[in-house]
Formats: sequence, structure tokens, C-alpha cells
Amino acid sequence: MTDTATPTPTESLLRPSRLMSRRNAAERRFRLYGITAIAISLLVLAIMLFTILRDGVSAFRQTSVTFPVVLTAEALDPSGSLDAAAMAKVTTIGYGKVIDSSFLAFLQAEGLAVDGLSDKDARAILSKEAAGQLRAQVLAEPALVGQTITMTIWTNARIDGYFKGRVTMESAERDGNVSPEQLQLADLLAENGALSRPFNWQFLTGPDASDQRPEAAGLGISIIGSIFMMIIVALLCVPIGVAASIYLEEFAPKNRWTDLIEVNISNLAAVPSIVYGILGLAVFINFAGFPQSSSLVGALVLTLMTLPTIIIATRSAIRAVPPSIRDAALGIGASKMQTVFHHVLPLAMPGILTGAILGLATALGETAPLLLIGMVAFVDNYPSLSAAGALDPATALPVQVYGWAQRSDPAFIERSSGAIIVLLIFLVIMNAAAILLRRRFERRW
Amino acid sequence: MSTVLLLGVVLVLAAMAFVLCRGRALASAGGDMRRLHSLPEAYGWHGALMVALPALAVLVLWLILQPVVIARSVGAILPVTTTTQTADEAQSAQNAEELALMDVRRLAAGIDSAVSSGQMAEVAPDGAGADMAALQEALAASGVALGGAITPETLAAAQKYRSLSAIGLTARTVFTLIAALAGLAAAIMLTQKDFRARNRVEAVIKMLLIAASSVAILTTVGIIYSMLSETLNFFRLYPVSDFFFGLTWSPNFRGNSEFGLIPLVWGTLYITLISMLVAVPLGLFSAIYLAEYASPRTRNVIKPLIEVIAGIPTVVFGLFALVTVGPFLRDWVAQPLGLGDSGSSVMTAGIVIGILNIPFVSSLSDDIINAVPQSLRDGSYGLGATKSETIRQVVLPAALPGIVGAILMAGSRAIGETMIVSMGAGAAAKLDLNPFEAMTTMTVKIVGQLTGDTDFASPETLVAFALGMTLFVITLGLNVLALYVVRKYREQYE
Amino acid sequence: MNKMQNPETLVIANANKMTARKVQVHYGTNHAIKDVDVDILDKTVTAFIGPSGCGKSTFLRCLNRMNDTIPVCRVSGELLLEGENIYDPRVDPVQLRAKVGMVFQKPNPFPKSIYDNVAYGPRIHGLTRNKAELDAIVESCLKKAALWNEVKDRLDSPGTGLSGGQQQRLCIARAIATSPEVLLMDEPCSALDPIATAQVEELIDELRSQFSVVIVTHSMQQAARVSQKTAFFHLGHLVEFGDTGQIFTNPGDPRTESYISGRIG
Repeated sequence: MTDTATPTPTESLLRPSRLMSRRNAAERRFRLYGITAIAISLLVLAIMLFTILRDGVSAFRQTSVTFPVVLTAEALDPSGSLDAAAMAKVTTIGYGKVIDSSFLAFLQAEGLAVDGLSDKDARAILSKEAAGQLRAQVLAEPALVGQTITMTIWTNARIDGYFKGRVTMESAERDGNVSPEQLQLADLLAENGALSRPFNWQFLTGPDASDQRPEAAGLGISIIGSIFMMIIVALLCVPIGVAASIYLEEFAPKNRWTDLIEVNISNLAAVPSIVYGILGLAVFINFAGFPQSSSLVGALVLTLMTLPTIIIATRSAIRAVPPSIRDAALGIGASKMQTVFHHVLPLAMPGILTGAILGLATALGETAPLLLIGMVAFVDNYPSLSAAGALDPATALPVQVYGWAQRSDPAFIERSSGAIIVLLIFLVIMNAAAILLRRRFERRW
Repeated sequence: MSTVLLLGVVLVLAAMAFVLCRGRALASAGGDMRRLHSLPEAYGWHGALMVALPALAVLVLWLILQPVVIARSVGAILPVTTTTQTADEAQSAQNAEELALMDVRRLAAGIDSAVSSGQMAEVAPDGAGADMAALQEALAASGVALGGAITPETLAAAQKYRSLSAIGLTARTVFTLIAALAGLAAAIMLTQKDFRARNRVEAVIKMLLIAASSVAILTTVGIIYSMLSETLNFFRLYPVSDFFFGLTWSPNFRGNSEFGLIPLVWGTLYITLISMLVAVPLGLFSAIYLAEYASPRTRNVIKPLIEVIAGIPTVVFGLFALVTVGPFLRDWVAQPLGLGDSGSSVMTAGIVIGILNIPFVSSLSDDIINAVPQSLRDGSYGLGATKSETIRQVVLPAALPGIVGAILMAGSRAIGETMIVSMGAGAAAKLDLNPFEAMTTMTVKIVGQLTGDTDFASPETLVAFALGMTLFVITLGLNVLALYVVRKYREQYE
Repeated sequence: MNKMQNPETLVIANANKMTARKVQVHYGTNHAIKDVDVDILDKTVTAFIGPSGCGKSTFLRCLNRMNDTIPVCRVSGELLLEGENIYDPRVDPVQLRAKVGMVFQKPNPFPKSIYDNVAYGPRIHGLTRNKAELDAIVESCLKKAALWNEVKDRLDSPGTGLSGGQQQRLCIARAIATSPEVLLMDEPCSALDPIATAQVEELIDELRSQFSVVIVTHSMQQAARVSQKTAFFHLGHLVEFGDTGQIFTNPGDPRTESYISGRIG
């Protein structure tokens, strides 16, 4: 038909050629690769969230024993004065003895006994943290001395783990910290109804606890620290970021300096976060002498880290306001500054706030730079809740996650996952706010 | 007057200035706003700024300079000999002086709090005749713990420190208030109906905007300066070539440390490589599917879901690596294959970083694929190409530079990732090919050398800055390259 | 084929290549093409003319099912290529497009070499057994597209580096490399200058000896110059279809006359 080498005779379109079915198979394969890639990504995400929920949800409930505690006056108030200052001489050891003897008496009264379990091991199923709490309670209300009160006391982390499926009879055989007999006693207490698993407020409000007492470890200080930091970051980052964006978008002449700033900002957005930690350590702590581990330094580091992100988001929000608005304002005699502050900025505000919230959410989850400025230290004093509290040592939620994950006791993995759940709840709230804001105020020009 | 109170007073004065100047401007125009050059508020703002800016400038300057001045004059009476010649000795002498000053500061603060809480009587101004032991005990009783015994020299210095601080505090208050009041007077003098208040205010606001945008530059300068100076200090103590070409990493806080960078760079690159092997195919194929195949409705559901991954903090991925991925790989892959029994490994960290980077690669690639003009696709379909042939032979080659840029950025993120490697890769610096061995990276070692007690004179601490500098240079280089490639790519289709 | 012969007499002799009967196209709720009946003859240039938005491009894109890439577009009615319904579910649009090639309004060479641009179609359709055959196809197509002499020394340089007219001829060479039976051209000269336009028009006239060509054009002069058959579209309707000479000299419908004399469009 032509002079080209095309010997193919006219084929019917209704019968696919051999080559065509091969090409269509390749097409289907290619499509499948895409679906597989998406499926794997989402599956991994699902597995990750599932394991964290599975490991972490139980942190919000704590196995506890409820029994009457006799607050004997001889032991707790030797002077008999009911004066808090005098009573403070009795240490937690004294209170521990009171709790232990009350618990043993309770076991005896209820007839709960396990063969081969010594009294010492029996009372060891209670958390060592209880004595300190009882002491605080009694010192706050000295009139309790001499009375018998009903207390709900945590069990230790192994017994707690037994009811959460982390510890089994078999693992207890090999474990130096718990024996099968103790678990049997716990079973007896459960049958008796003395065991319960109430919601663990202490996990959300309490301070961190030592390696031996995972059952007492709480997120209180790290939540306070994170909130402090978020407030400071928001107060610093949003005004500076918006001001910088306004200058760069609306006023900056196109010259070398502006170019330098622009390139700089996009590079800063990609600098590894740990470099900001080094900066914070060298400049804020070493040079300026701000206190280590304080939320102020953490917030300053996070501010510098978040600023490029916020500037980039704000600039695109400002750029999305059509030039006609500016022309209209300038055309009726407004100054450039009035145009920006009266018209451009209000119109860009939803976009700016969305970007700011998302930037803050990233800052909230950031860990690495905070490790370098000492926020990973063990802190068990609450920072003061005034502005000066920003200078007190604190930790942050993600750092607490890391800190607990580094500890050897498996009970801390539960705590760590629980802390992640709290962190994720904060993040979900912030992201939902950003989405709502975008939905509510989004404008298409 | 405390800093906060002083700030409050300045703000109140500024508010007063606002009201006064606004009123004065209106009065000068006989109450007729139209005869004013600017809106009355502009005069008010002008007054407020005239009060606040000079006063704040004085205050900030004072806050920065006072500690330096006091340290210098107190340091002069401290008995530290500084007649050393070599850089090394000068360094240690400087450290000794810093330590002595720190003692003085702590002691001064201790006396302050003890005196103000009434637990201690005031000490004689030059510290003469005080009983050191009794003083220490008194301080301990009020909750001030001191490192060593108090020497008469330290006490004298502390007392001088206290008196100078007190003078400084008063002078600060006086000068700040004088600046504020002078500003107020000047503003009131200037305010009359023809004064161009708005232009002045706008000029000041513009200066503030410029200052805000310079923060980015200052940050970069701060990063480079802080790391460079400490890196140079490190290289004074440790040879440059041993650092960059050494094959052993064994820091030892008792001395004789070896800081060979090679094992750390190897670990970093190995983990980055594995993460890219995970992130690039998964991210790229997801992006291709979303951009070319998915219906708009599927896209609207799947794309945000994948981006959820990007919103999860890295420490969560770290825990996932530690608790789930690491043990899984150990029990199901490494042990059956006889490749070791380490839970933390290059593989663990690499895979998890790869997952973290999927949304990054996919959203960047998605943008880039969408930037390929539709006319190219039409041309290909018009010739009878299938969708996959079009993507593979037309769209991807056209998008290649942009995708390379995206991959470079993802690589730089993987190199700088800290939490996942510190929780999933281990801490052993070694040169090994087995991906199921624990290895470590530069970032892990930066954290390791800088957490806990840091002594800024020892090479064990300073090496972290050299590592940080290396990391910064590598990631910066990758990012600049990536931005350049992507920018070139975008210009091609604009 | 001698240009001096009267085209109309030749047309009659040619067989029907494509047949459209009662074709309807909907874009979502918009009824874009209404009841179009057209016969595309073999070895003939058919021009579609009409004002902007009249549906001529849409109809053209139905002929090789390019509209399939637009999700909201629905086509009904009967469209036959050599007696086979191209909208039959058994028909693979990919295979169809190899037989019904297309050249677009804006030159869209792939960001590849000139050689690879032309070789793209033969490669994906597996038309050649070896490199020599492929070389022969590329050379003959570039010659047919009157581009060979300009590019034979730089086949490896990128196709995007050519001038606009050269790019469009490269796209034509690329389209004929799959040896289609019908070649669709969607305003192929609208992005070109007058000299390049003249070259492409000359080329179209030569291509008529081998393919059936359908061209959409805004320019009535162009339609008159290159085509033997002309279809006038207006508001989605096929107003008039007939020999080019007759449409331009003696239109049967008042709307055609208004358009040709410049009163509408």
C-alpha cells in the first residue's frame, strides 16, 4: 500500500491482536503497582496506629486494690500533736509500714492466702508509690490520723501487666520481680472484688516516676511543658512569620538581599531539626545563659525551626489574594500599608491561621532538638504555672515518649504508647481545627 | 523595679502617649478631623511608638550589656592567673575563670534569696569578717546548695556582684523611664495638624517588617557561627584528617578518644539508601496512580490519608521501629537467615524512615507529574499509546528532573533524621555490610555526645559540633541542588 | 495524483472510510453534539468548519475516541470504521487510535530526540522487527512530512528545539509513522505563521494520496484550499455537508451562507 515497511494487513478492531493483549496486560500490571504501593503505605500506617493503640490504651487504666487502711496514731503522729510540721518527721517508710500491715490484715480478714507466699512478697504487689501519696494526704488533713480510711492503691506494674496480658504465669517463673504466687494472690483479690481498674487520672496529671515504678509515671509535667512551649512558639512565630511574609510579598524590592532571604528561607525549611538543637545549645544555653531544660529555650528553638514553614504558608496565602483587591484599595487613595493591613491581611487570614496551626502541630511533635537542650532530663517537680514557669525545668510530650521508650522495664512501653495517644489526640485536634478553618473560610477567586 | 513591672510601666506610658497625641492633634485642628494630615489614630500611634521604641531599646541593651560589664569588673578581683601563652592553656584558664564566675553568681543568688526570705542577716559589703562555715550552713538551710567551700575571695566577689547588680537595676529603671518620657515629650511637641504622622508610623512599621524577615538570615548566621566556632575548637584538639578519614569511632570520656567519621557516614548512607529503596518506589507509584489513574473522588480520599503519615511525629515512628518492626525483622528475617539477632538494625531504621518519606516523595512527585502539560499526554494517546506506555515513555521522562529533585530532598531528610535512627538503628559505630546489624549515624552520635553533662572544652563534646557541621553541609548541598533542579524543571513548562 | 484534475469528480470514486449516524455527545448535562451524520471518504480531505464552540473539535475527537480520556463525556449513536462500530465494547481504543491518528492544535513534540519522536508509534505498536526497519520508517515519514532535509543531520537533537512549523511537521511525521488509515487534524495551523501554514497545507494535500484526512479549521480559506468535502457545524448540529466547491459557492442553508460571508462566527 505504501513504500514503508508496514506489512500489517487491515485487522478487524473487534478482535484484539496478540500484541494488544500483551500491552493491555502490561497496562493492568502497571496499574496494579500503583494500587499496591498505596495499599502498602496505608496498611503500614494502619498497623502502626493499631499497635500503638493496642499497646497504649491500657495505660489509661490502672489495676488497683481497695482495702481499709488503719492510720495508727502511734506510727504516724508520735508526738500526738496533730501538727503537720511535727508529723512531717515521719517519712514515707513509716507510711509504707502502715499500708503494709493494713493490707496483710485485710488479706487475713478476707481469708485470702496463697501457699508459699511470704508476707513480704504478698505486700510487694502494692506499688511503692502508695506510701508517698498517703503521706501527702495525711499531712494535708492531719485529722485523719487515728481513723480507718478506705484506700484504692495501685498494684505494682507486674501485677498490672498480668491483668493487661503483658505478664503471664510462665513469664513470672523467669522474672525476678514477680512470682507466680503473687499472681495467684492477685487472682484471689480479683475474685474477692477488691481489685478494680479505674481510669488512671494520675497518668495524665502526675509527674514522671523512677525506673522502678512505671505504674506511677505520668505525663503531667510534659503536658505542661508542651503547652508552655506551644504558647510561646505561637506568640513568637505567628507575628514574626506574618511580618516577614508581608515584607517579602508586598514591600521587598527585587534585589540580591531579597533573593538571599528567599533562598535562605527555603533552605532553612529543609535543615535537619537536630541542627536547630545544636544552635539552641550553643546560642541560648551556652552563650545567652538561659536555664537548661526550660520550656523557654525549647520554645525558642522550635520557633526558629517552625518559622520558615510558617513564612512559606503565609506567603502563599498572601499571594492568593488577587491583585485587583490591592488595586482597588490603592485606587481610592489608601497607602500601601493601609492596603495591606486593611484588605490583604484580613483576606489572607484563614490561610495564614491554617498554616500556623499546621506549623505548630509539627513543632509539637518535634523531639530531636529538645534532647540537646536537656529536656530529656528526669523532672519530677511541676514548673510554676506563671510566666516565670517557662524558665523552670520541664519536659515535652514527644521527649517523654522517647525517654520512656529508652527504659528497660516493658511497662514503660505501655506508658510510651499511651503518651503517643495523648500526643496524637492533641495533633488531631489541631489538624481538625486547621481543616475546619480552611473549609469555613476558604475562598476561591 | 523588676523587668516585667518596668515593661508594664513603659506600656502604660505608651498608652498615655497614644491618648495625649491623638487629643493634641485633634485640638490643633480645632476638632475637625479633615484638617489633619493623617487620621487622629496615626498621631496616637506615633506617640506610642516614640515612647515605647527608645525605652525598649535602652532596656534590651541594658539587659544584654549589664551581665558582661559586671562579669568583667567582678572577674578582675578574682584570683585567677592568666599569664599563659599557648592556646591550650589559655583555653583552660578561660574555663577556670568561667567556673569561678559561675560560683560567684550562684553564691550571690544564694545570699539574695536567703536574705530576702529572712533566713539570714545581711553580710558586710566586702564580705569581711564573715564566718564562711556558718554562712555555708545558713545557705544550705535555706535550700541553696553550693559546690565547694566558700573562699573569702569568692565571697568578696559575690558581694561586689550583688552591689553592682543592685546599682545596675536602679540605673536601668531610671534610664529606661527617662527614654520613655523623653519620647513622650518629643511626640507631644511634634504633634500638630500638618505633621505627617502616618508616614512616620508606616516607616517604623516597615522597619519592623524588615527586622522580622531578617530573623531568617540571623538564624542561618547563628547556625553557621555557633557550629563553625566550636568545630574549629574541635579541630584544634583533634586532627582534621583523622576526623574525616578515621575508620574507628570510639569516644572515651577518660581521653584517648578516636573520632573517625567514616563509620558514621557509612551507617548514615546505608540507612538512607535502604530508606530510599522503600520510599521512592512506593511514593512514586502512589503518586503516579493518584495523578493519572485515580478518579477525583478516590484521589480526595486517598491523598489526605497518605498525608496523615507526614503529620505523625517522628518519635512515633521511632517507637514503631523499636517495638514492632525491629523485633519482627529479627524474628522473621534475620534469625531464620542467620544474619544476626539484633532488634535494632540498619534495615529497621531504613524501612521505617522510608515509610516516613513516602508521603514526602509522593506529594512532591504528584505536583511534578501534574505539571507535565496535558498536550504531551494527548499526543501520546493520539498515537495509540496505552496509559502506562504514555506514563513510562512520555510523562516520566518529561518529569524526570523534578522527580530527581524530589528524591534528593527525601534523601536529605533521611540523612538528617534523628529519632527513628536513635530508636531503631542502634548505637554501635561500625563498618559492616550486613543490613541486619546495628549501626549508627551522625545524628545519633550528635545526640549521644551532647546529652547529659556537656563540657565545652573536651573533644568528646566538641566533636558533636563537627558532626553537626558535616551534616549541615551535606543536607544543605543536597537541598540547594534539589531546589536548583526543580526550579529549572518548572521554568521549562512555564 | 494530478493537482490540476477536478477534485470533486475523484471524490465520488472513493470508498466510504468512516460513517457517523445519529451521533450524540454529552458533556455532563450539556448536549454538545446533536444527531450528526457524516461520511468520511477514503483518500479525501474532509474539513470541519464552524464558529467557536460549535462542536467540530468535539466531534473530531469522537472519531478516535480521544474523548474517552474525559470522564464526564458520553457518546451515543453509531460511528463505523470500515463497517465496524468503534464504540463497540470489544474495541480497544488504543488499537483504534493506531488506525485513526491525530495531530493537535499546538505542536506537542515529546521531550525526546527527533528520531525517538517519530519512532514512538512504531515502537509501541510493535510494527518493526529490527533497527533497520525502524530507521526506514523514520526516514520515510520525515520525508513525507517534508522535514527530512531539515533534520537529517540532527536526528538525535531534541524535538522541542525545532521551530513551531517544524515541530508541527514533526508531529505529523510522528502521526503517520504508525501508518494510520485516517489522520485527524485539530486546527493544525492555528499556532503557526503563514509560511509554516503553507508548508503544512501542501503536506496535507500530499498526504491525501495515502490517507483519509479530517481537518478542523477556523479558516474558511484553508478549508477551501485543502479539502474536497466540507462539513459546517453550528451549535452542535451538522448544518450542511457536501463537496467543498458547492458549500463555498452555493451553500444550501442560510446559516452556512451567513457564516461564509462573515455574518456569524
